[in-house]
Amino acid sequence: MKTLLPVVIAFLSGFIMILAFFSANPGIVNFSQNLLTWVTIVGGISLLLGIVSILKVNLKIISEKGKDWWLKLILVLFVFGMSISGLLWGIQEKTPFDWLFQNIQSPMMSTMFSILAFFIASAAYRAFRARTREATILLFTSVIVMLGRIPLGQYLWDKLPDYADWIMAYPNLAVQRGIIIGAALGAAAMSLRIILGIERAYMG
Amino acid sequence: MLFILIFYFFNSGFTFANPTEEISWFRMDRINILVLLLVFSSAVLLYIRSAKKGKEHFIRKLSGLEAVEEGVGRATEMGRPVIFIPGIQELDDIQTIAGLSILSKVAKITAQYHTPLFVPVQYPLVLAAAQESIKGAYLDIGKGEDYSPEMVRYVAGEQFAFVAAVHGIMHRDKPATIVYMGAFFAESLLLAEEGQASGAIQIAGTANPDQLPFFITACDYTLMGEELFAASSYLSKEPLMLGSLKGQDWMKVFLVICILLGALFETFHLGGGFFYKLFIEH
Repeated sequence: MKTLLPVVIAFLSGFIMILAFFSANPGIVNFSQNLLTWVTIVGGISLLLGIVSILKVNLKIISEKGKDWWLKLILVLFVFGMSISGLLWGIQEKTPFDWLFQNIQSPMMSTMFSILAFFIASAAYRAFRARTREATILLFTSVIVMLGRIPLGQYLWDKLPDYADWIMAYPNLAVQRGIIIGAALGAAAMSLRIILGIERAYMG
Repeated sequence: MLFILIFYFFNSGFTFANPTEEISWFRMDRINILVLLLVFSSAVLLYIRSAKKGKEHFIRKLSGLEAVEEGVGRATEMGRPVIFIPGIQELDDIQTIAGLSILSKVAKITAQYHTPLFVPVQYPLVLAAAQESIKGAYLDIGKGEDYSPEMVRYVAGEQFAFVAAVHGIMHRDKPATIVYMGAFFAESLLLAEEGQASGAIQIAGTANPDQLPFFITACDYTLMGEELFAASSYLSKEPLMLGSLKGQDWMKVFLVICILLGALFETFHLGGGFFYKLFIEH
């Protein structure tokens, strides 16, 4: 019963979504849309689980004065600070929540994203070292593509952007499409295994 | 359950076709997709049936998955944890489900070796599912007492806050092995480079083609596209699961033939655009 019920729910949900995809009946289509809305509602309610998880782990470290406990304290304070400010004054512009978001959360997220530039440089250095024949081909094509995308490339040789476009539009796109077709088939086969109850590992 | 669904179905605006109204039950513009779906499902089901009868199917070796056990063994020897990240998408994404299926297999190996396992997640639903998945794996091999719900942690709900939290964990805990299986986006290289710097063996798998180059560059092993979805079947070694992979392979052969014939027929304007219509939603 423990696994039968989830398998039955997975089968019915999957079957309804397939039915709705091929049916033009507004009732079936609405029903499938309502199911998707329920996913969002359940996801929203489950946020409580996440908050409990964060608090359980961090409050334990704070109470035991464990390693970096003061960092955990800042985290917990901000979990409550953001939530309470949003509940009390709303999340519109010029509210404390908006101030916290614009001046603390947003710059920190931008900082994390900007680190990507340095990581791309270190990853590119490793990838483009001409150690093997494949790596040399990669280095050669990437130089053409990168130079072909900037004005300097066109200044050096006016045909370079055309070659860069050709590499992106043919060999690169062909490989990407191959991967996408394979992935789509894999996803469809996995969906079929889930709907039929063959794939159950994700349930525990 | 069925009664609740039926009740809900009739209360969600469902109507039987009124004889005076013309409600189409089937979208004829999607008939080509239905035909392809039936062909595909039949191929998968046929191979599942043949597997049920005991026929063994050859599945090529996936070195990334062979390395999982090696990675866990290394973590055990070094006394360091294994980190598993099931992507950064919600539970309704098929890649996340594929990741959780692989997590279940990885958890069985870590349970056998008594290796610490840590799973940071970005969504609470994934947290609950991952906890169940690991708990089931630990119970399956009789190590239920070693399971702790704190193996899975909801660390942040925002993409880059999640990255920052995981960076911190990698930096502090110095994991021996990191496994990334699921849907990844701009954070793929951020995570994989930090993992590389921490000296961990890294095994990645995603079906997002844009992120594959980053994983290939920064990780030791990468599962590309369909390999991610095949991984749980490959690791389970169950004939039924392997049979479905074989069916999938034959569908690929069918599609390659269609692409070749389609290219020929469309180039020479033959067949009245049959292959074009077969794959395009009208």
